[in-house]
Amino acid sequence: MSALFPFHGGLKTVRHKTESNQTPIQAGILPPRLTVPLRQHIGAIAKPLVQPGDRVLKGQMIGQPDGYISAAIHAPTSGVVSAVDQQPVPHPSGLSDLCVTIESDGEDRWIDREPVDYHRLHPSELRQTIRNAGVVGLGGAGFPSAVKLNLAGRSEPLATLMLNGAECEPWITCDDRLMRERAAEIVAGLQIMAHLLGPAEVLIGIEDDKPEAIAAMTAACAGTSYEVRPVPTRYPSGSVKQLVKLLTGRETPVDGLPVDVGVQCFNVATAYTVYRAIHCGEPVISRVVTVTGQVHRPGNLEVLIGTPFAELIKQCGGYRDGVERLIMGGPMMGFALHSDEAPVTKAANCLLAAGPAELAAELPVLPCIRCGACMDVCPANLLPQQLYWHARAKEFDQARDCHLFSCIECGCCSHVCPSHIPLVQYYRYAKNEIWAQEKEKQRAEQARQRHQARMERLEREKQEREAKLRQKAPVRTEVVPHLDPLISVPSPTKGEGSGQVG
Amino acid sequence: MIVAVIALGLLAGASGLLLGFAAIRFKVEGDPMVEQIDAVLPQTQCGQCGYAGCRPYAEAIAAGEADINRCPPGGQNGIAALAELLGRDPKPLDPESGIEKPKMAAVIDEQSCIGCTLCIQACPVDAIVGAAKHMHTVIARECTGCELCLAPCPVDCIHMIPFAPSITTWKWTYPAVEVKAAA
Repeated sequence: MSALFPFHGGLKTVRHKTESNQTPIQAGILPPRLTVPLRQHIGAIAKPLVQPGDRVLKGQMIGQPDGYISAAIHAPTSGVVSAVDQQPVPHPSGLSDLCVTIESDGEDRWIDREPVDYHRLHPSELRQTIRNAGVVGLGGAGFPSAVKLNLAGRSEPLATLMLNGAECEPWITCDDRLMRERAAEIVAGLQIMAHLLGPAEVLIGIEDDKPEAIAAMTAACAGTSYEVRPVPTRYPSGSVKQLVKLLTGRETPVDGLPVDVGVQCFNVATAYTVYRAIHCGEPVISRVVTVTGQVHRPGNLEVLIGTPFAELIKQCGGYRDGVERLIMGGPMMGFALHSDEAPVTKAANCLLAAGPAELAAELPVLPCIRCGACMDVCPANLLPQQLYWHARAKEFDQARDCHLFSCIECGCCSHVCPSHIPLVQYYRYAKNEIWAQEKEKQRAEQARQRHQARMERLEREKQEREAKLRQKAPVRTEVVPHLDPLISVPSPTKGEGSGQVG
Repeated sequence: MIVAVIALGLLAGASGLLLGFAAIRFKVEGDPMVEQIDAVLPQTQCGQCGYAGCRPYAEAIAAGEADINRCPPGGQNGIAALAELLGRDPKPLDPESGIEKPKMAAVIDEQSCIGCTLCIQACPVDAIVGAAKHMHTVIARECTGCELCLAPCPVDCIHMIPFAPSITTWKWTYPAVEVKAAA
């Protein structure tokens, strides 16, 4: 086995994987109504293609990607569109976003699915097919995969294509079950990715607490040059920069991407959806979600995008007593949902019904004692304490100088802090403030330019009016022609400057 | 003695020549301070400060004619930024120039608009489109919320609407934790 290159810091966390990974993936029930958000990815929101009253088929595109970094959205089942409006979506704010609501007709009738032979497609056509299938990173970030599958503009060939099956967060087991049960399909999807990217090597990183998944993936990779690399169970090995370091020893630069060091990384579930898109002609309309914590029958469900979380809970036997919070994602990086009526999105990998045992007890926040425990666990090699002081004092420039934006918000620092300081909350706050300030600056600059353009236009119009007046008064020039014969009157340019009424 | 006088005289002469040359060669056009102050101002061009726009106000501050606390859209944060830039102490906003309000954008009630073009002429950033006797509308993205279009409207059909919170503008708030002193 090849050497591993451990990353700095990290944590041994509680695992809680066995609650949900003992049973096979169950098919989710078809709910009567699906609410499909049009923004389930990083980038521009998809443009709705349907109107209330429209009949849609399962797999029909209902949201068109708007721009290069955007993704398509599809109808998860057949039925009638009842609304295209603002609906609550899973987001830490609990706010609403544009969604397409579909009343299911119960027939679940597909569009014509056309598998494609990707060997015969031009790479750009293949990427377009993947883009039109709405494939985004299913690890949680939701970045449009077609963008990552395009290496145009990079001079060096890709060294490593990496598949991320680490699944390091406690409680979550959806990738584990997917690898155990559908390893062949994942590898088939990986082959398509490798076909597009032409990497020198293909690595699959899986944490060593999933021996069954490792065995299944190794078996599926037999006959290929793909290598399954078990990695030690250490949170956050599933974070992309940390996994790249772990498997290849290469450090992703600050403000850079793994592709800058010749590595492109995808989640195992993303590879599976690429397989479905190409070999089955099916867009991303469902995903495997781990439902765990304080529910009666924890497990993994393959549910349609747009299914309300409450349906998932119901299918898993309902809440047990003492649920305090419903968390989307894991306990380390997830966020509390405001309601269980929010729908499943492409990024929803886990639904954790957390009781007092799952939540860290809310202990009083004490002053920082500068113990440095946070620094020892930071996988991004930052100085969390320094960041904390700056973020707390709202010294955003200094926080940025301490590489605030290299923080992956993994929560290790908050987890070990003996003073129970919610460090990550401070970092999120500081990041958001900096982004907002930057946006504000851009707006101000735009307004300044527009104001300047207006002043110039007004000045130009004034001069033109004066010139016109001078030209219109030839009588006077004829009476005293010797006065100023050198002045040449510019002819007024018609139409110019009349774009606005003024 | 004489040697020292000559040496110092030569030195002074050489320095003078050098400085004279530098003054011509590296002459700075305009006042760079104005640019820096202008960059801190919010560019709403609202004129609440008493000047014709953000740049004239920046020029007045640079010339020492205006105080730094006359910009309501910039608010207390803007005053703090100006104070830091100019090395002065921040002070509260001058109530004479206005009060700090949440960010808003103008919206024209298109049913009532009579197409008089007065608001178009008033808008400092050309954010209103329309033509005489035709409906006007505000390009929301470009509106700075300066409110200069409100007064000229003869039918009072322009309203200031605060920005609604949305997923794209939502921010994590400052952690509401109470730090307890260790016992």
